[in-house]
This record gives sequence, structure tokens and C-alpha cells, in this order.
Amino acid sequence: MRLEVLKTYKIYIGGKFPRTESGRYYIAENKKGDKLANVCLGSRKDFRDAVGAARTAFSDWASRAAFNRGQILYRIAEMLEGRKGQFIEELIKQDSSRVQAEKEVELSIERLIYYAGWCDKYQQVFSSVNPVASSHFNFSTPEPTGVVSIIAPQDSSLLGLVSVIAPIIVGGNTCVVLASSAKPLCAVTFAEVLHSSDVPGGVVNIITGKVPELLNWFSNHMDVNAIVYCANDKESIQKIQQNATLNMKRVLLWNHQQWPQLSSQSPYLICEAQEIKTTWHPIENIGGAKSGY
Amino acid sequence: MASSKNNTIKLKFDSARKYAPAPESRSAAKINARYDLFINGKFEKPLSKKYFGTISPSSEERLSEVADANAADVDKAVKAARQAYDRYWKKLSGAERGKYLYRIARMVQEKARELAIIESLNGGKPIRESRDFDVPTAANHFFYYAGWADKLEYAFPNRQAQPLGVAGQIIPWNFPLLMAAWKIAPALATGNTVVLKPAETTPLTALKLAEIIQEADLPPGVVNIITGAGATGAALVNHPGVDKIAFTGSTQVGKIIQNAIAGTPKKATLELGGKAANIIFDDAPLDQAVEGVINGIFFNQGHVCCAGSRLYVQESVFKQVVQKLKDRLETMIVGDPLDKNTDIGAINSKEQLNTINKYIKIGIKEGAEIYQSSAELPHKGFWCRPTLFTNVAQSNRIAQEEIFGPVLAIQSFRTDDEVIEKANNSPYGLSSGVWTDKGSKIFNLTTKLRSGVVWANTFNKFDPTSPFGGYKESGYGREGGLHGLNAYVKLV
Repeated sequence: MRLEVLKTYKIYIGGKFPRTESGRYYIAENKKGDKLANVCLGSRKDFRDAVGAARTAFSDWASRAAFNRGQILYRIAEMLEGRKGQFIEELIKQDSSRVQAEKEVELSIERLIYYAGWCDKYQQVFSSVNPVASSHFNFSTPEPTGVVSIIAPQDSSLLGLVSVIAPIIVGGNTCVVLASSAKPLCAVTFAEVLHSSDVPGGVVNIITGKVPELLNWFSNHMDVNAIVYCANDKESIQKIQQNATLNMKRVLLWNHQQWPQLSSQSPYLICEAQEIKTTWHPIENIGGAKSGY
Repeated sequence: MASSKNNTIKLKFDSARKYAPAPESRSAAKINARYDLFINGKFEKPLSKKYFGTISPSSEERLSEVADANAADVDKAVKAARQAYDRYWKKLSGAERGKYLYRIARMVQEKARELAIIESLNGGKPIRESRDFDVPTAANHFFYYAGWADKLEYAFPNRQAQPLGVAGQIIPWNFPLLMAAWKIAPALATGNTVVLKPAETTPLTALKLAEIIQEADLPPGVVNIITGAGATGAALVNHPGVDKIAFTGSTQVGKIIQNAIAGTPKKATLELGGKAANIIFDDAPLDQAVEGVINGIFFNQGHVCCAGSRLYVQESVFKQVVQKLKDRLETMIVGDPLDKNTDIGAINSKEQLNTINKYIKIGIKEGAEIYQSSAELPHKGFWCRPTLFTNVAQSNRIAQEEIFGPVLAIQSFRTDDEVIEKANNSPYGLSSGVWTDKGSKIFNLTTKLRSGVVWANTFNKFDPTSPFGGYKESGYGREGGLHGLNAYVKLV
């Protein structure tokens, strides 16, 4: 019998797969108590490095053509489709039944395709040309908020992760994600999918670790523009909202979403990590006649 | 001569040509000796039994006294708003809500002259601005949102918009009536009821608006207007019966508010401070740009959150622009807000004047070069000469912090990338301005400047249809336009 080659589960920062700088690990187990992997126990400094990578990646990603972002999102779906088997096996290891696992992976692929299509459409749906009373051309359009920290749904290994990352990066933001602590395997494997999908390094950074340890840093970092939180813990929500005041971070509470349902995919989630920019420019008046839109 | 080389003629302002006084008559405005709190459709004596005086900052004359609402008064107002919401307003059709708003809009127009006079008296702003900008824009805002009230299903594709409930709204002293309109109109159009607190130094036009609302026969409690200072605002923010906080004011207070409501289900929109960059490229039409810069920083004495208080001028035209600015500064008339020729009125309060003077001293101490116009200032009241600083460093406090007065910090730059970097180097992101003849450059900059509003070859323009609001520490949420509806609804 052949000896199985075990995989090292590392974190994903700036398009690279380092181990946590802290050198710490925790053991991921399933319900039966089988040891699944030694997983990086990410630290505050890992998070800081990841924010740095996300900030560096932001201007390029935000200024990509919307069409290009759409193609890359679709590419992620393609890569995920090709590695379906690996994700199904990992989900089964993390207590899913085969049927559940297959469903979760398929839904994750469909979700990416759903959002890929939005890349060059939400701007049209949520923009406006504003008929101001003076002779000006005036329009408002969504722009990415910037660097977003995400505490991914903790009860889901893959679908929750995909469902929160997609609407953030579709809109030109970059992000740092804390994966599910209890079910971290798919997050690391998903980073490998991202890595082979033309997603520029730093656009998505994935850290494994513990929510109670990292929540404070995820919400008080001064170079993070928004934070996504998906659980219902009241104390944590209050802490996040208070920390957010330091630099007026936008707080996105996605705690009422049922990720397996289609109702939890929506362009309104994209919009929550967008700022509306309004631009004015005068219009020349010719022959005394006013002009406008 | 250096000036002829730049094709400018040195203007003489000490000639015999002077403007004759053209004061607006105060007789067209009626101000009561005392105002109570507007709660549940009636003017009610405050439970606090306290009043405080409100003055004209241009003469320090006492104009009236207004009630100082305490926590019990706030509670009364919030309960009135809740009752009005539950019993009446949320059941009313959008079309009927809209008709009330149209009525209010019309009455604001009918009383425009009176409102303008009181605005200038109580706040110190030039009558030309209150007459031509504040009051008509306030009326237009009511008109604009009146029309939305029965059309909300078109504003949010594939979603239904529902009101939030009771909105607690706190507004600043720089555009008292206009800010009241910005807050009340969208809240009512979307089916919410309101408790509004005007700023303590400028309560009078909001109370006049309360009279209009009463006259318009708006159901009692749909709009409640309570006066007071910070403690009143804090009581409103912390009241458990409030579903939504809308605040316009300083970033410092905005942060206190967000902290206070953290962990509660209250929603918030915050329109906070700014330190807008106004950028002049060497291919810009310079005279237009100079006018825009002057309007950008001296409009409303610089008491504007989106004021263009940082000026970046491309090196090759730097000297020329600074000279033109200095010349233009000399022509500005500082004085009686009620005089129709006045360009710069009174500073809103003694406290604010102290803040501005503090920053002017800081600027000098930091090594910046000051230039002030030689305008004569009246003896009574609070005044500040229009002020320019050159030789400013990006790290200087006058280039980083919001002064909220007629003080402009000027720096130079060489390249596009450099000026984008400098302009974005601020915790704020409310507005910015770009002056250039090149369209492609405008669009490059407008997408790279991290601010909610970008004025290209213009500045300080506002319209009810045009969303306004900040990035970063300038707050979140938009006011005006379709996007302004978002602040007052939940989508289901």
C-alpha cells in the first residue's frame, strides 16, 4: 500500500503561501476527533502583513476594466469546477455527507458565476445621471470602498467563504479573510484556486486562526475601510462597531444570510462595500440657451 | 514689469469707487421674543423650564430666546414621533405623504424672503447666499423628495423599501434651514417620522420651519423640532425609541455618536468633516479657477464641510495664481450680512472665531506665510479677514485639520501622481476640485480622488438631485438624489 502524501495547510498573503509568522498552529479535527491537519494559528502580524498586501493590490484591482474582473471571477469558477473532487473530499472529512458536500461545492461554483456576471452591471443599475437645475453634467457612480476585512461564516467551510469574498472583490475591493476556525481546510485549498485563476496577488488574502483573538485587530486597523461580520454574537458586534469608529470603517453585518439559499446572493451586498461618487462639470451655454441633462 | 509679463493688470482697489450700502430690510421678518419646543404639532413649554438666548453674530444683538430641551423633553418628542408613526404616518399612502411635502415646499417659497433674512441675522451669512442659495435649495429639496414618496418601488430594483421608524436628526449651524430640509424631506418621503435638533447657535429658521409645518397641517408628531445644545443631542442619540440617527457635524462628534449606538439596532448616516483639495493644473483657465477657489473657500465664511481649504497649484502657474488670489481677496467685501453687496459675513460664533484664530496662529508658528485682505472689519460681532497661507507643508496642521473658516492653505505640485497622492493624504474624503482644460485628465483624477463629490472646473455646487456625502472619516451615507433615499429605508 502506498503512503499518502499529506498536505501542509498554509495561509495566503500577497499571492504567496507563507506559514504564519508566529510559528503557531492548531489542530483541525472533525466531530469524531480525527486529526485533519496542523493549521496555521494566524496572528496580528499576519493580519497586518495581509492588509499591507491588500492595500498594495487595491489600486490595480480597482482600476481593472469591469469586464476583466468578470472574466477573472468566471475563471475562479472554472478552476473550482476542475478541482471539485478535492473540495468534496475535504468537506466530507469535515463532517459533511457526500450529498451535502457535492451540493455545497456546486452552489459555490454557481455563486461565483452569479457574481462574475455582476462585475460590469451593478454600476449601471446603481448609478445615476442627476438632472441638476444648473448647467452642469452631474453623475453618481459606485466606487470600491477599499480594503475590506472579512470574518467569514464560521459554520461553513467553502460556501460561506465564497459567498462573502465574491461580492467584495466583484466591486473592486481587496480583502483579508479570516476563514472558518473549525472548518479551515477548504479555505486554504480555495486560496490555491484563486492563485491559479489570474486573481492578482493581494486581492484576496486568507488567514486561518481564531476569531476571539483576531476580531479586535480585524476591526481596529486604521488602513482597513470596511469590515464584514457574519455571526450573531452581540458583544462582538458592539466591539466591531466601536472599533470601527476609529477611522469610520463601514460595518457590514451579514448575519441574517442563509448562504445555501439563492436569496443570499444579491447586488445589494456588492453595493454595501461601495461608495457613491458624484462628479460635476459645467456645460457651456451657447447663444444664451441653458443646457443640461 | 513682472505683472505685465504675466498679462495681468494690477488692480487698484483704493479708488473712489465704493459700493453704497444696500441693506435688506429687517422689517420683512418676524422673530418672536421666545420660542418653545415644537412637539406633537404644538409649541410646548420645556419640561426643563430653561431657555437660552440666541444672538446675531454680526452685532451680538440678542434676537430671541429658545427652549433648552432636557432628556424628559427629548423623551416627549420621541414618543410623539413614535405615536405619529404608528397611528398615522406609516399607514398613509405615499401620494399623500408627498402632497404634504409639496405643501411645505411651497410655503418655504412663499416665506423665502423672511427665512433668508432670519438665516443671515441668526447665522451671519451674507443675504445674497441665504436668499439665492440656502432658502431656494431648501424649498427645492422638499419638492424633489415630495415626488419620490409614491415612487419608491422604482428606486430599489427587486426590493421593497420600508421606513425605519423614528429618525433622530442633528444638524449643524452652517446651513441651518437647508440642513433641516436635507434631513426632513427624505425621511418623510420614505415614511419615517422625525425629531430634529438644530444647532444651538442657529435655531431660528428651524423654528420658523416648525411654524410652516404647523401651518401646512402636517399630522401632529410627524415632525418634532427641539432646541438645545450637546446634552440635548446626546439624549436624542441615546434614546431607545429612536431607530435612526442622521447627523451632520464634526468628525469628532460623529465618532462619539457611532460609539454610543454601537451594539444597538440603530442605523446611522453621518456627514462629517472635510479638508477638500482643490487642484489647479497649468492648462486650466486661470481666472475661472481663481473664482472657483475663492468660492470654494470663502463661500459661507468657509463654514462648509466640503470647503476647498487645501489648494494645490501646478508649479509653473503657482506665482501667477497666488497673485491673482491676493488681488481677488482685496475686492471681497466683509461686513453686514444683510447688505446685498457683502461677500463675507460674520463668523457664526465667538467660539468658532476663537478656533479659526487659533489655527491662524498655528499656521504662522508652523512657518507658513500669511496673507490677509486689508478689509476693514466692523467693531461689534465676530469677524475674520479672508486669509491665505503659502509656504505650507503637507504635514502642517493647517493642511491636515479642518478649520471651518475663511482660511486657505496653498501648496504647489509638479506631476499628476504627486498631486493625487497629496490630495488623498487626508483622513477626510468629502469633496475635491480639479481645474484643467483636458477632459481625459479630469476623468483620470475624478476616479482617483477618494472623495464623495468631485467638482471639475466648478466648486461648491449643490442640487437636490445630486447625492452628497463622504468617503473615509468624512462619514457614510448619502444625502440628496436617489441615493439619499437609501438612508431612510430598509429593503425587504
